[in-house]
Amino acid sequence: MRHWRPFLLFTVLAFGYAFLYLPIMSLIVYSFNESRLVTVWAGFSTKWYGELVHNDQILSAAGLSLQIAVINATGAVILGTLAGLVLARFGRFRGRTAFTTLITAPLVMPEVIIGLSLLLMFVAMENVIGWPGTRGMTTIVIAHLTFSTAYVTVVIQSRLSQMDVSIEEAALDLGAKPAKVFFVITVPVIAPALVAGWLLAFTLSLDDLVVASFVSGPGASTLPMVVYSSVRLGVSPQINALATIIVGIVTVAILVAGYLMHRQEKQRLKMQ
Amino acid sequence: MMPPPVHPQVPLSPPPGPSSPTLIGYLWRWLLGFPFVVRVRGLAMGTVSWGRALVTAVPFLWLLLFFGLPFLVVLKLSFSQAVLAQPPYTPLFSWAEDGIMVLRINFQNYLLLVQDSLYWVAYLNSLRIAAIATVCCLLLGYPMAYAISKAKAEFRIPLLMLIILPFWTSFLIRVYAWIGILKNNGLLNNFLLWLGVIDDPLPLMHTDFSVLIGIVYSYLPFMVLPLYATLSRMDESLLEAAADLGCRPGKAFLTITLPLSMPGVIAGSMLVFIPSVGEFVIPDLLGGPNTLMIGKVLWTEFFSNKDWPVASAVAVATLLLLVVPIVRFQKAQEETAKKTEEGRT
Repeated sequence: MRHWRPFLLFTVLAFGYAFLYLPIMSLIVYSFNESRLVTVWAGFSTKWYGELVHNDQILSAAGLSLQIAVINATGAVILGTLAGLVLARFGRFRGRTAFTTLITAPLVMPEVIIGLSLLLMFVAMENVIGWPGTRGMTTIVIAHLTFSTAYVTVVIQSRLSQMDVSIEEAALDLGAKPAKVFFVITVPVIAPALVAGWLLAFTLSLDDLVVASFVSGPGASTLPMVVYSSVRLGVSPQINALATIIVGIVTVAILVAGYLMHRQEKQRLKMQ
Repeated sequence: MMPPPVHPQVPLSPPPGPSSPTLIGYLWRWLLGFPFVVRVRGLAMGTVSWGRALVTAVPFLWLLLFFGLPFLVVLKLSFSQAVLAQPPYTPLFSWAEDGIMVLRINFQNYLLLVQDSLYWVAYLNSLRIAAIATVCCLLLGYPMAYAISKAKAEFRIPLLMLIILPFWTSFLIRVYAWIGILKNNGLLNNFLLWLGVIDDPLPLMHTDFSVLIGIVYSYLPFMVLPLYATLSRMDESLLEAAADLGCRPGKAFLTITLPLSMPGVIAGSMLVFIPSVGEFVIPDLLGGPNTLMIGKVLWTEFFSNKDWPVASAVAVATLLLLVVPIVRFQKAQEETAKKTEEGRT
């Protein structure tokens, strides 16, 4: 038993990673396929990439999605940091249970329910206060902020509660104002969590089809909405090309992040 | 006279002594919250601080307005009636001619959910598929998380990164990848035909099986990460003690590792189960006309039938179904949060 345990664990990992990565690999391979039929190999070609960069619908949708994702990620980091502070530092207060419920429920709430409830809310608000008149980018940003704040809060809260509070306490004892303590001491310490939270909110927003479909209006189509309507019509090599580009960007970003973290860790070890 | 008890947490009176400020100075400092900084777990905002109130209020009000309140709107709408108008439903409250407010509650939508077997089938099917997918994720994810936690220290971070990486690429596109694999002339069928295992392509697409594969594939990282978190925190000395006392590895796993990793099992299972009950994209792209799931039913009621009240009733019913698992998940979350804080101090 003891003898072939490493082998067993290795097999499990190999199988698991194959399951995770083979579908993505197949997408990438067939994006370079000459034939329109995704499953028949007809020779190497990059023509689908050429068609993709001339597809105005996809390009403008990608632009809108990126804009929404950046605004959303920035807003979610601000709201999530505030909420993380409340949960990690403020101890018990009246309404804390309600607060935690509002933070954790969006993590598991089915997207169709979030989308429907927000749309109905926007319609009701429009009837009562006349805002938001047209649905589009603004409503999508609000909707995305609402669920990505929850994810960012969890990331930042866990970093805050692992952090050594004695530095903050020392600064307070020496007379620094809470706001100054936060910006000068807390923010630099939790900076990696802030970056991770920003990236997480960015991806969540870029990835969302369901909620955006509910709260968007005519004329505002995000990238997932365009991809979805094209995928519903059948497999298309242009989508494979798009997938390859996305996977490429994400891989490079993660490798760079990994390298930076590795270097930082090394420096930290050297200093000790 | 007894001296007033000193509560460092609640400094209601200004500090005594010669530096006691004047009333205006007191008010000013009270507004700034400066001298009354209390240590509430580190970064303190002071009990009377406006800053602290603001920090709490901004995210609280935002979530209340855009997450809490919308559910009440859904609840309200589920009692109204669909009409061909803009917006396409009847108001719940209206003013009669003599100035009396009329409340028109309509139970028709809920009656429909109970009477029409379509909704029952969709609910039960969603629960069934989500439960099977959760078990599959657990059976695949637990060994993976265990293997990663037992890997050499320098491999753990890269292995975890490899689990997270698919999550950062588009969810929609990952589901789309399975269409090319599972369809009749897709990669899997072609491969099996080439091997000679089968003579005719298997009908894999547009079945419950394809939906199941899609859910397990998309949600596997959500299972592995919490499991890894609990498994890597585990105290190794317990296992060593068990081994020293002659406990066999299999038994040690069942009596020590498994029970200790239960928080991770619960958190991971909830993170997979609850969202997959309401999943829309996967049953829509990979499922067939017979794969009824509640998320897809809600979508169809809303976008195709334009029946907002029935869609709201479906949403309310789904929420009622999910309330117990959501509360369970929340408790698990709070326990883990407590544990990390205890681990710090």
